[in-house]
Order: sequence, then structure tokens, then C-alpha cells
Amino acid sequence: MGKTRARNLAPVSDPAATRAIFVPGLRLVWRYVRREPATYAVSLVGATLFAAAAVGTTMVLGWATDEVIVPAFSSGVTEQRVRAGALALFAMGVLRGISIMLRRFFAFMTTFRTAARLRREVADTYLDAPLSFHRSRPTGELLAHADADILAATEVLNPFPFSVGVIVLIVFAVVSLVIVDPVLTLIAVLLFPTLALINRRYSRLVHAPAAVVQHRIGTVSAIAHESFDGALIVKTLGREQHEVDRMEAAAEDLRAARLDVARIRAAFEPAIDALPNVGIIVLLLIGSWQISLGRIEAGDLVQAMALFGILAFPVRVVGFFLQEIPRAVVAAERLDEVRATPPAPTPHAAEAEVLPAGPLPVRFDHVRFGYDPDVPVLADLDLTVAPGEIVAIVGSTGSGKTTVCDLLAHQVVADAGVVSVGGVDVTRADPEALRRAVALVFQETFLFAESLAENIALGADVDDEAIRAAAAVARVDEFIGGLPAAYETVVGERGVTLSGGQRQRVALARALVRSPQVLVLDDATSAVDPVVEAEILARLRSTLRTTTLIVAHRVSTIELADRVLYLDGGRVAASGTHRQLLAVPGYERIVRAYERGAVA
Amino acid sequence: MTTPVDPFAAALDDDVDGSVVTDGSGAIDVLRRGLAVSPELRDGIRFTVLMALCAAAGRIVVPVLIQQILDRGVTGEGGFQPAFVLGACAVATVVVVGVALLFRATYLRLVTASELLLKNLRVKAFTHIHALSLADHTEARRGALTARVTSDIETLARFAQWGAIAWIVNTIVVVGVLAVMAVYSWQLALVTIVALAPLLPLMRYFQRRQLRAYDDVRTRVGDTLTAISETVMGAPVVRAYGLQPRVRRRLDETIGAQYRAETRAARYVTLLFPMSDVFGGLALAAVLGIGAWWGPGWGLDAGSLVACLFLVNLALLPIAELGEILDQTQTAVAGWRKVLDVLDLPVEVVEPDPGVQLPAGAVGVVARDVGFAYRGGAPVLVDVDVDIPPGTNVAVVGETGSGKTTFAKLLCRLADPTSGVLELDGIDLRTVGPASRRHAVRMVPQDGFLFEGTVTDNIVMGRDGAVRSDAEDAVTALGLARWVDGLSDGLDTEVGERGANLSVGERQLVALCRAQLADPGLLILDEATSAVDPETEQALAVALARLAAGRTTVSVAHRLSTAQAADLVLVFDAGRIVEQGSHDALVAAGGRYAALYESWLGNTRADGTADFSG
Repeated sequence: MGKTRARNLAPVSDPAATRAIFVPGLRLVWRYVRREPATYAVSLVGATLFAAAAVGTTMVLGWATDEVIVPAFSSGVTEQRVRAGALALFAMGVLRGISIMLRRFFAFMTTFRTAARLRREVADTYLDAPLSFHRSRPTGELLAHADADILAATEVLNPFPFSVGVIVLIVFAVVSLVIVDPVLTLIAVLLFPTLALINRRYSRLVHAPAAVVQHRIGTVSAIAHESFDGALIVKTLGREQHEVDRMEAAAEDLRAARLDVARIRAAFEPAIDALPNVGIIVLLLIGSWQISLGRIEAGDLVQAMALFGILAFPVRVVGFFLQEIPRAVVAAERLDEVRATPPAPTPHAAEAEVLPAGPLPVRFDHVRFGYDPDVPVLADLDLTVAPGEIVAIVGSTGSGKTTVCDLLAHQVVADAGVVSVGGVDVTRADPEALRRAVALVFQETFLFAESLAENIALGADVDDEAIRAAAAVARVDEFIGGLPAAYETVVGERGVTLSGGQRQRVALARALVRSPQVLVLDDATSAVDPVVEAEILARLRSTLRTTTLIVAHRVSTIELADRVLYLDGGRVAASGTHRQLLAVPGYERIVRAYERGAVA
Repeated sequence: MTTPVDPFAAALDDDVDGSVVTDGSGAIDVLRRGLAVSPELRDGIRFTVLMALCAAAGRIVVPVLIQQILDRGVTGEGGFQPAFVLGACAVATVVVVGVALLFRATYLRLVTASELLLKNLRVKAFTHIHALSLADHTEARRGALTARVTSDIETLARFAQWGAIAWIVNTIVVVGVLAVMAVYSWQLALVTIVALAPLLPLMRYFQRRQLRAYDDVRTRVGDTLTAISETVMGAPVVRAYGLQPRVRRRLDETIGAQYRAETRAARYVTLLFPMSDVFGGLALAAVLGIGAWWGPGWGLDAGSLVACLFLVNLALLPIAELGEILDQTQTAVAGWRKVLDVLDLPVEVVEPDPGVQLPAGAVGVVARDVGFAYRGGAPVLVDVDVDIPPGTNVAVVGETGSGKTTFAKLLCRLADPTSGVLELDGIDLRTVGPASRRHAVRMVPQDGFLFEGTVTDNIVMGRDGAVRSDAEDAVTALGLARWVDGLSDGLDTEVGERGANLSVGERQLVALCRAQLADPGLLILDEATSAVDPETEQALAVALARLAAGRTTVSVAHRLSTAQAADLVLVFDAGRIVEQGSHDALVAAGGRYAALYESWLGNTRADGTADFSG
């Protein structure tokens, strides 16, 4: 995930690019906000209110100076007036507070709502997309869309109201200044763009070294991970010093990069801090000159100075929104692309055909399939399996064993030819019925972060007894019984971790509990101890009335089958019992290799 | 993970919320310990603090100066006094520029010093962790150990870049402002303190609530990611079993829960931020009201009251900033403490210097009453007694957790026995020099961990000073030339992160070449339990046979064939050697090993393979 995040941080230093992306940024905000108009409107009202309150405070201060403080020390002042002045100041503080709360809370709400909506949409897309969509994209990328991209796309909503408020503030402040005195306004008009320019220059200069720092933090972290993960090797090879040198060099690089950033900061931060003060001194000089000429009063100058204070603040933060835009636009584009994925087609219920009862025959008729049309995995494959037969599928890596399983369960669709189960073309069968009839068990088992009972039942209408019976055949009942919460034990990140063999046995129970008419085991017991595997297969044979296809890598498993299909070159190259096929040279070579290498 | 008997466990285990709500009183203690570990922090710190003091003082002087100019040169009794205003403005300009320069220098000094400290601390912790025995490098603790030299130091770095200087400057500014205000009117200074006092505890209170709320958010985000990953990683199962409605329901729940948690957390953030505005308003109102009403009686003048209002505003920002860095400070202190705790862990395996040299050739091994227990844990090995003559081929069998792997680790001194003694060629292993031991004893672990780099890079790690031609020789000697030729770039093939570009079996081949380079007298092999493709399996068998020739070998065996071929089989159970002898003798004896063998034979018709580890 870290890498994906890093990829999102595309450097944006070209001013033309910034301008070009500003409009799409506003469009993006508009698109997302349109769905949550009420909350966002409140947030914008809050932002505007804040600007008003900030200016109001300076006005109240100016008024209080002239009407409360000065008379208090000369002609005297009424109690009411003092109270009014104090109350007004406090009210301004409260108003600022409330406006900030409104702005922030409702901006957060809009952001979170939008993110939640996008998450649902992306997840729906993933659920409805055909399997080929998943096969063609790395898991990390898909997860990044649902996580980092959504964050990046919606984060821009947060600073936007603030930016709006700031713009209002600037307008207010400048207009107020003009009312006080046009000459003083001129100083502001000259000073603050300078400040903004310096800020811009600063963030641009610091961008590259800051990225270097991030990169080097990554390097340090990678070295630490690798080094401690390989602690055993480091120790046995006596490479501690070498590893320390490696870390020292990386840490030194990081230090140097951090100092580069610090030097830029040290050059700009104090200057940015000092500029408003310089401006105030200039203001003071010109202002007192104006006073001496009788053009303005002392209170005007005080107020002008306070307005200056207001302006100095937003100029520093107005860049937040602009910084977020490029990332957000790129992320939003990626999300749009994903969400545009069409869902997998399903046959209309009207034309869906029904499957017969009992163990079903399986037939592949001139089937061709390839993920890449130019590189067929299966080329004109024919095979038949009789009802109740146990057939082992053997072939070298890439011979299409898994593809046969996927086609049979209608996980993928053949490019040409017909795959039929129980005499019904799988593309025309009622998908619900086909899923009930054909149970596919994968080598890579996926367990949901739920209880073991739920993982086995997976929504099928079965009772506890059926679950236990299936677990018994899959030889996982003893293990589950030994867990503290037995079948109610939750698995996954926040529950217990199962070994590969245990996971595979749970997945097998998941298939068995459905009493399938065709059972397809795609190397589904590869991580199970050979002794246990033999027991499982013996129980399967004695308890289950089903057609069974097994992709296997163990001779002991292959020998248990009624018949073996040897796949080679995208076709069934030979069919027969294990002993018969030993006469086929290619088959014999593979099986001998399995024998040598077969480890649990 | 944490056991009450183990005072050090805390340093290795990531406490769930300890870092969030750490007692602030320990901060001084951490600082003291930190200074002891990093004395370089002391160098020049006095001068830096002095400079910070000046810079902060400057920040107060400027507004006060401006106020004075306004009072005396413009609105004062004498009317507008151009000479005074000009002169005072010149002074103010000099101060402003001086403060900026001083601030710049202070910041650079602080960052330079702290970055050096952080780098040294990181390297120190990293070195120390590698010096810890393998007993501390357990799977469960690895993440925590990595965090000590990465995220924990990073929290300190973040603090050093901003928090540290903010503490110094803001504290000085706040104290200075109040002091200046007290010169005008101690009463108004007191009013300001009273009005702003609740701000810090309130901010801290909300911060804690906020942190807890964010913990909840993180959990919910994890749940959502898990749910979404189910739609991705579980895509085949979801489709094969028609689970879309189920998964959709769960997704809806977790996404909803995340949204609610986020909104809850947002409440605290929302409350936290505007607090300084509200309290600032309160302080301004109080100073104005009290100052205007009673001020004349205290001998205050208009200019001083305006100045006080100005000063209140000046103190607000630093106070708000102090409130904001409270939490950052806590995290940094907690991170620092964790790093220091790791540095306090004693190094258990102390290398002798220079130590005894082991003679060349096959090594004989004798274990006398060897026992071992992990720090604060139950015994793993008990009274292990065995005599392995030089050149013997030993297979160690037993169930997972029987102590067979630990026994193998003790042989290469990845940890020391907690009782008894291990002797190689009659020499106590603890007195053998590290360089000699590394050559004489070599372990090939089952995961065959590789470092990023080429195949050659990884092979030459086997011996100090080895070069490419040595790697080539090793490859030839083990009969792996054909395998290397089959790699995309031969010996220059990049193995990728942790060797990901190679298969498990291929990584083991590289590990065997490494061992060949060292020419060890005692070879310890941890057999892989995971499946290896047939071709590589063949290459492994040949390479192993060649590597083992003429050496004492101890194999942690997962296959019956290995045990069958061994001269001596050691059967481990619950940390003890329960049987030892040749395969045939043990089968004939009809004990535990025989039972294992029988159960295997009775269950399969295939030959030669079994997994004793279950």
C-alpha cells in the first residue's frame, strides 16, 4: 500500500499544470458535493461566518479603543458601555468558535459521507465484475483504489470551505482597509502578494527535498524490515557489522536530506514570520504621517493594523486546497475508470435451464480457451466424466488443469465449444442451480473473517449437524473441536490463524456441506499432510455420491482415482488408470518427479 | 506475549494503548535516560537555548515597541513626533531583522543537533537489536523490533523538527508576554492567566478523547479494508458460491461503522480547534472590561490598556500551539522510552575476544545436560545429552514444538543454553571465536532468506572477502551450473525483495552455495516443509549430497527419506531426546520412532516421503 500512496504524490511544480488542474479540481468538488448539498452548504456558511467574525473582531477592537478605552481614562465611561464592549469582544470570540465548528464538522461529514459512498460503489463494482477483471489486476492495486484513492479524492473536500472562507476574508479585509484609508490599503496590496509569492516559492523549493526525505524514510524502513526478517541469516553469516553499515549509510542519507529541508525552512520561515512585522512598521510610518496631516485618526490606524494581522494568517494557509487538487483529480480519474467496469453478464431467468438430480455427468466438447486469445490455454479439448466417477487431472504447470475446473464451474467462459454439466450447457444453466450443483475448491483458500461455522455454511441453509458431518469428512472436526470457541471461533486477522492445511480442510468442508452433485478439487489438499489426505479421500469415497474431479500432485492421490486424464498441449493427451498411463512417457516423467519431490 | 516474570518483555512488545496515554511524569525520567544514551545532545545546548530565549524575547519586543511608538510618537500628549517615530521605527526594523536571523540560527542548530542524535540513536538501537540473541527475535516480536528503529524514531524526528522548538519558543513567549503585561498592570496579567488557564487542561482532555476516537477509527478502517479485500481476494469463492448478497451486507455494515466512527472522532477535532478563539475572546473581554472600569483607579492609562489587549492576542497563538503539541510530545516521549528500553535489554550471547580457533575438518559435537528456555518462558530443551562423532550424518525428528529446531539453533550459537554445555571438538562453544565459529558451523535455514541484490551478491555473503569466482566455484562444486544457466541473467539475476524472484527451492539452492563457500566442519540443515517443484527438488538433492560429503551434518528432518539415510536419528519429544540410534535399530526397537514409521507405511502406497512435523 505504501508504494501506491507514494505513486499518488506526483510532483506538481509546473505553474501551467497547476492552472490546468484548478478547473478540474473545482469540477471534482462540485461533482462530489452535489450529492451532499445540505452538509456542505452549512460548512460554507460556517467558513463565511468565520471571515465575518475575524473582521468583526478588529472592528470591535477599534470601536472599543475609541469609545470605551479612551473615554474611560479621560471623560469617563458608563458601566453599560464597558459591559457592551466586553460582551462584544467575547461574542466575537464565541462567534469565531462556532463558525469554525460549523465549517469543520460539516466539511468532515461531507468528506466521510462521500468516501463511504465511493467505497460502497467501488466494492459493488468488485463484487459484480467478472472474474477475469480480478485475474487481470493485482490485488494491491484494487485495494489501493478502495483505500488510498478514495482518501486522496475526498480529502480535497475538507480544505475547500476554508479556502472559500479565506477568500471572503481577504475581500472583507481589503474592503475594510479601503474604507479606513486607501493609502494604507496600498501597503497591504503590495505586501501580501509578496508574502504569497514567497510562500509559493517556499513550497516549491521544499517539495523535492521533502519527497527525498519520504523516500529515504522508506529506505531506512525497508532495511530494518529486511535485516530483522533475515536476522537468522545475518547471525549465521556473521553479517551484523555489514548490516549496521548499511543502516548507518541509509540513516546518514536521511539525516542529510532532513537537513536540506531544514535549511530551506530556516531560510523561509523566519522571513515569512518577519514580513508582516515589517509591513506593520511601514504602516506605522505612513499612518502616523497621515495622522499628522489630519487625514485619519489614531483609531483608524489601530484598526488598520489589526486588519493587517488578519491578512497575514490566511495567506499562509490558502495553499492547502491547491496542494490537494492534483492528487485528488488523478485519484478520482482512477476511481471513475474502475467504477466504469461493466458487471459480469448473467443469463435471463426465463431461458435458464434446470439441472437433473443425483451425480451429474460432465462433458467438454471442442473447448477452446485463452486469457490472451493468441495464446490458447486449452485448444480443442474434449473430455467426458461419467456420473459418480472419480477422475484425477494430471499435467505439467500451465497445461490448463485449473482452467478446466474454472470452466466447469462457469467461473470463466469458453472462447469456443461447449461445457456441459448434467447435459446442460453451463452458459444456459440457471446460475443459482449450477452453483448448488458444482462445488469448486481452490488451492488458495479464502476464509472470511467470521466464525468457522459461518465459513463452512457460507449462507447455505444447513444445520449444525450437517456442518459437523462435513467437517468430519474433511478431517477438520478434531482441530475445530480443540479450539476454545470450537465452531464459533473467528478466523482471520482479529481471530485465530490457521495453517495452510487447516484452511484447505475448512474449504473442503465448505464444499461438502452443500452435498454437491459435482465436486471439483483444484489442488485443494496440497498443503494437507499426506497421511491425512489419504484418509480424507477414503472418507469421500465412502460417504459421498458425487462426480469428482481432482487436480493432484501426489501419487497417492492420483492412485485413488477411477481414471486419470493426462493434459498436455491444451488437450487430453491420454486417459486411463494410473498404471496404464505410466506407459505414456510424458506422464511417467511428471509422476516420477512428483514422487521425488512430494513433501507435505 | 508479555509474561509477568519478564521485566524486558515490554520493550519488545507493542503495547496497544500505552503509547497513547502515557503518564507525563515519566517524561523527565525519559529525558535523563535519553541524555545518558546520547550525550551529544548536551553539546552546545545551553547556547542554543540562550539563542532561543533571545529570539523569543524579540517576538515580544516588536509588538511592544510598535505599541510604544503609537503611544508616544503619535497619540501621546506631545502630538505627532516625527523624529521619535522615525528613530523608533528604525530600531524596530533592526530588531525584526535581528530576531529573524537569530531564529534562523537557533532552528538550524537545534535541527542539526537533533538529527545527529536521531541518526546515532537509530544506528545504536539497530546494532543492539542485531546483538540480541535469536531468542529475542521471535516471529511475534519482529514487528515491534522493526518499529523501534523506524516508527518510534520517526515520532521523535517529527517532534525534533517542530515540537521541540515550539516548546522552547512558545513557553518563553507566553511567559514573556505575561511578564510584560505585569509591568503595565499585574492585575490584568492575573486576569489573563485566570481567563486562559482552563485552555490547556481542556485541550488535553479533548485530545485524549480524540486519540481514543481515532483508535476506534483505525480499527474500523481495518475492518472495512478486510471486507473490501474479501471482494478482491475472495473473488473466486464469492462467485463459485454465489456469496454476493452476504458480502454486500457485511460491506455495508463495516463501511457504515467506519463512517460513524469517523464522525464521532470529528466531533472532538471540531471542539478542540476553536477553543483558543473562545477563550481568547473571554480573555480580551475580561481585560477590556476590568481594565476600563477599574484601570483608572489603578493608575493605568489608555495606551497601557490597549497594549494589554494587544499582548493578550499575542499570547493566544503560542498557547494554542502548545496545546496542539501536547499530544505530539507524549507520543515522542513514549517512542523515545521504547527505544531506550530496547537499548537496556542485556545482550545474552557475548562473543569471546579473540576466542579459541576450531580446527579444520569435520567437527564432533557433544551436548551435556543442555537445557534451554526463552526469556521468562517455559523450558524448551531439558537435559539433552548426545555425542556426535565427526563426520556423522544426523537426522533430528520430532513434532512441531518438540525442541528440534531450538537444538539446531543452539549448535550455531544463535542463543546459549540456559544450562549444561555444548562442545565442538571438545571446546566449549561459548569460548570459540566468532569468526572461527562462523566458518566451522554453518546453518542453512528452511526459508533460505535472500537479500535484495543478485544471486552472486547473495552467494558471496557466505564468506568474508569472497568474490564472483568463488561463487562460480561453489555453483560448480554443487553441480548447479545447469540451474544457474537457466536463470534469466545467470549469476547476475536479481533475486528481488527477500528473494521473491526465485522459488522457495531456488532460494535454498543459493543458501547451499553460501554454505559451500564457508567450507564448514558442521553443517546444520533445516529441511523445508513447503513443496518444491520437481526439477528443483532434484537439484537440491544433488547439491545437498555434495555439500554434506566429508562434514558432520545435523538435519532437522521433515522427510522419512532423510531419516532413513542418516547414521544417527535423534527423536525429540517435549524438549528431550527420547530415542537415538540408526533408522533400522529404532524401527526394530519398536518405540516412538517405529510407531511414526508404521503409521506412515500403513497409510500410503507411495514411497519415501513423510512429514513428521504434522
